[in-house]
Amino acid sequence: MTKKISSWDIVNIARGPYRKTSLDYIDNLFEDFIELHGDRLGYDDKAIVCGIGKYNGIPVTIIAEQKGRTTQENIERNFGMPNPESYRKAIRLMRQAEKFNRPIITFIDTKGAYPGLHAEEHGQGEAIAKSMLTLANIKVPVINIVIGEGSSGGALAIGVANKILMLEYAIYSIISPEGFASIIWKDSSKKEKAANKMKLTSKDLLNLNVIDTIIKEEKEDSDDNFMKVIARIKKELDLSLEELMKLSPKELCYHRYEKFRKIGTYKKEKVN
Amino acid sequence: MTIESIKKREYPSSNKKSNIDIPKGKWLKCPKCKEIIYRPTFVKSLNICPYCNYYFRITCKDRLKLIIDDGTFKEFKLNIETTNPLELSEYEAKLKKEKEKTGLDEATLSGIGKINDNKVVIAIIDSNFFMGSMGSVLGEYVTFSIEESIKRKLPLIIISASGGARMQEGIISLMQMAKTTCAIAKHNEEGLLYISVLTDPTYGGVTASFASLGDIIIAEPGAMIGFAGPNVIKQTIGEELPPGFQTSEFQLKHGFIDLIVKRKEMKETITKLIELHKGSGIIDKKN
Repeated sequence: MTKKISSWDIVNIARGPYRKTSLDYIDNLFEDFIELHGDRLGYDDKAIVCGIGKYNGIPVTIIAEQKGRTTQENIERNFGMPNPESYRKAIRLMRQAEKFNRPIITFIDTKGAYPGLHAEEHGQGEAIAKSMLTLANIKVPVINIVIGEGSSGGALAIGVANKILMLEYAIYSIISPEGFASIIWKDSSKKEKAANKMKLTSKDLLNLNVIDTIIKEEKEDSDDNFMKVIARIKKELDLSLEELMKLSPKELCYHRYEKFRKIGTYKKEKVN
Repeated sequence: MTIESIKKREYPSSNKKSNIDIPKGKWLKCPKCKEIIYRPTFVKSLNICPYCNYYFRITCKDRLKLIIDDGTFKEFKLNIETTNPLELSEYEAKLKKEKEKTGLDEATLSGIGKINDNKVVIAIIDSNFFMGSMGSVLGEYVTFSIEESIKRKLPLIIISASGGARMQEGIISLMQMAKTTCAIAKHNEEGLLYISVLTDPTYGGVTASFASLGDIIIAEPGAMIGFAGPNVIKQTIGEELPPGFQTSEFQLKHGFIDLIVKRKEMKETITKLIELHKGSGIIDKKN
């Protein structure tokens, strides 16, 4: 590749049909993973996968947005767009992680929370808010990895973490470039221009101090290259866990508070 | 998407057609029933249509007058403005227009005041400015208000009216949801009272953060409240939405708000709720 890769190119890589999904990472990062189902309120939404596994021999709780890898799976998983019940399942397992003192590792990969009738009747906004609120005060380390598409509140709901790692060709944004273009320029076909303006790549987000670390990716898709990425994630997870496991529950909450408290860009108005 | 669809709010119950342009002054037209309203009557009825009971959106200054005791309000002045993080010239132009239109610097008014002699921290969001959207500055004012309420051990009242996160600041706006939510989490730990009041419209990133996290959540009658905007949902599911979808009454039926309170009874209801939280030893009237 000689041409410089644009933000719009990265959007297309992040959305690529063959891009690895959360379960591919889970299978390669954790031992003895067991998926746990249900929100205990009447539903089991499949757009978020939750469970327990071992990382370097330590039990951890895993919460991951999961796109389908086949058409059939995509239908089952609602194309990775969670309904409120997914967030309520996640909240249940966050609390359980705290009870058993397990670190939480979350994976972001979604076009956003599902905008449907059922979702609104069941409090999509409330579910996202409560998921963030639960993570804000949880007494165990939380590490978030953005692996594909991270779009809007539906992504951030599981993103209130002590450390945020992001794959080089993942994206993280307030809305899709198509949505952004239709709001700003009343023309959704200006999606490419939007992508290049939105600061949604890992490099942009590191500069804005929204994420902590970029995980380098290989340009070509292959099994060998995927294992290289897994090794890099492991290295960063090791460093993050080592640092965070030294902190007391109170310090962990404070660390998370300070991290998000600082986000915002404003200048002091000129004093006349 | 959310903001756009709310602006284009439809009023399905209007069966009366009126194309008369009403000159600004003594008369105005109700956007819902299209009746012509005499302005002094309208002001007396707290900006509610006397014919169809439609609640007009009101400015943060008018809202403050309805809730806070006269002469007790002290505004928080942070003297901050956005840096336009995505360097959008459209954003600068729009901000300028919004400032001229409303005479406000941002979509919020916050500070300390008294409600029937009870000292509180209050933050009001104004949908007249940039559809009350939350960017860095609004996020900072809300967070600052929550922190002041913690510092001074005062009840917190946030009155929302917002299209959601402000798209023009991109990811920085999205992160204001996390910032304000972390502050609410801290507020919870302190055992302090937070009353969230939802007014027309409350959507998107505001619904999905502090607005949904009140100990008590109150809404004005007929307000539109939701996460995704109605047009986005209509496009996604390809069906018409049921009547009354996403209104306060819909939210009450589905269990997402505690109560619906009329505009003229809001102050008394909030007062009662504050009184009912006394005795926990935290709220002291003399504060």
